[in-house]
Amino acid sequence: MKKFIEESPLGTVAVLLPLWIILYAMLQTIADGIISATGLPQGERLTEAVRFFVFEAPKVLLLLTLVVFAVGIVRTYFSPERTRKMLGGKSLFGGNILASMLGIVTPFCSCSAVPLFIGFVETGIPLGVTFSFLIAAPMINEVAVVLLFGLFGWETALLYVVTGLIIAITAGYIIGRLNVERFVEDWVYQIHANTAMLEETNPSLRDRIQSGYDAVKDIVGRVWPYLLAGIAVGAGIHGYVPENFMASLMGKSAWWSVPVAVLIGVPLYSNAAGIIPIVHALLEKGASLGTTLAFMMSVIGLSLPETIILRKVLKMPLIFIFVGVVAVGIIIVGYVFNFVF
Amino acid sequence: MTIKVLGPGCINCRTLEKRTIEALKDLNMDAVIEKVEDYQKIASYGIMRTPGLVIEEKVVVAGFVPPVEKLKEILLAHRGV
Repeated sequence: MKKFIEESPLGTVAVLLPLWIILYAMLQTIADGIISATGLPQGERLTEAVRFFVFEAPKVLLLLTLVVFAVGIVRTYFSPERTRKMLGGKSLFGGNILASMLGIVTPFCSCSAVPLFIGFVETGIPLGVTFSFLIAAPMINEVAVVLLFGLFGWETALLYVVTGLIIAITAGYIIGRLNVERFVEDWVYQIHANTAMLEETNPSLRDRIQSGYDAVKDIVGRVWPYLLAGIAVGAGIHGYVPENFMASLMGKSAWWSVPVAVLIGVPLYSNAAGIIPIVHALLEKGASLGTTLAFMMSVIGLSLPETIILRKVLKMPLIFIFVGVVAVGIIIVGYVFNFVF
Repeated sequence: MTIKVLGPGCINCRTLEKRTIEALKDLNMDAVIEKVEDYQKIASYGIMRTPGLVIEEKVVVAGFVPPVEKLKEILLAHRGV
């Protein structure tokens, strides 16, 4: 397999893509076949839970593989260096919009948050614009979008992306207006790095496709256990938790549910793959969309490890401002959705 | 030859160090490998993505972990420097 990919990346796509389509089209048939093969009685709770799992797990895995592959190729057209160049000299608000959108497509991992922050600030990109990038990049990622699309449908996936962008833009803008430069560690401004050290290379199409395969190996290889665990828990909730069980806890009538969901979500460390299937099952049992969305965003977008990493370059007050502004934004989104839907 | 591996100690940086040692061994090359974990020092090389590989103070890799074969090519290309 590895050899085939290396020898002919394009040819492998031509073989694998039709195979993917056939598999995806047959998911329901395969799932039904597995259920009848096990001989589980119709309509039983266990049967429903198993049916949910054997259909949803392969479906989401297939979707994830395809999208991660495509995003892996798209990302070769972007780099933090290029993004930084595009953001240079942009005005505050326009810069916030562009930075949030670039945050989605620029390759980013939270362990690179500090070098990226320094690289941005050092070339004079405003702090507020930098924050828009740092908020959007982890919150709107391909794994979250695929899971939302696969389990909730395209409307919710789109809703998540749009509200995530709005939070990243406005939170970055507000932080930019607060004049918080003094809360950045002093040494950050003293670094004068040689920025022209690494020559930019233009990868060939072959290299780009190879990057797609690498992304699948890396990302799908990393998240699949969380994904299966999440879907298994979701399947359990789906089969065993009574209807409307969540209505009193996470429903519309409980006004306090949105801030509580965010308070629980911020320190909770999980990735999109583990949390979204569980949240999906909760929504089915009477939780409201706004509360669910707020919970998801605070778990995925604001993570404790990333905040700890950022502490290396930000003084405590700015850490609190950053987490506070984003958390308030998420709470507002939660209330708006509970109110509208 | 002095080689520096830049990174705060995440999984990618450790993999890069391991593969570099492996590539050096395959090529029968001798080098001093130094790990740079301090963010201030990492940033001074101008890289915005970790891990980074520096040969004789020149950044040759940033943001990804190349396979051993690719690392060998890079090492050979910068041997004379």
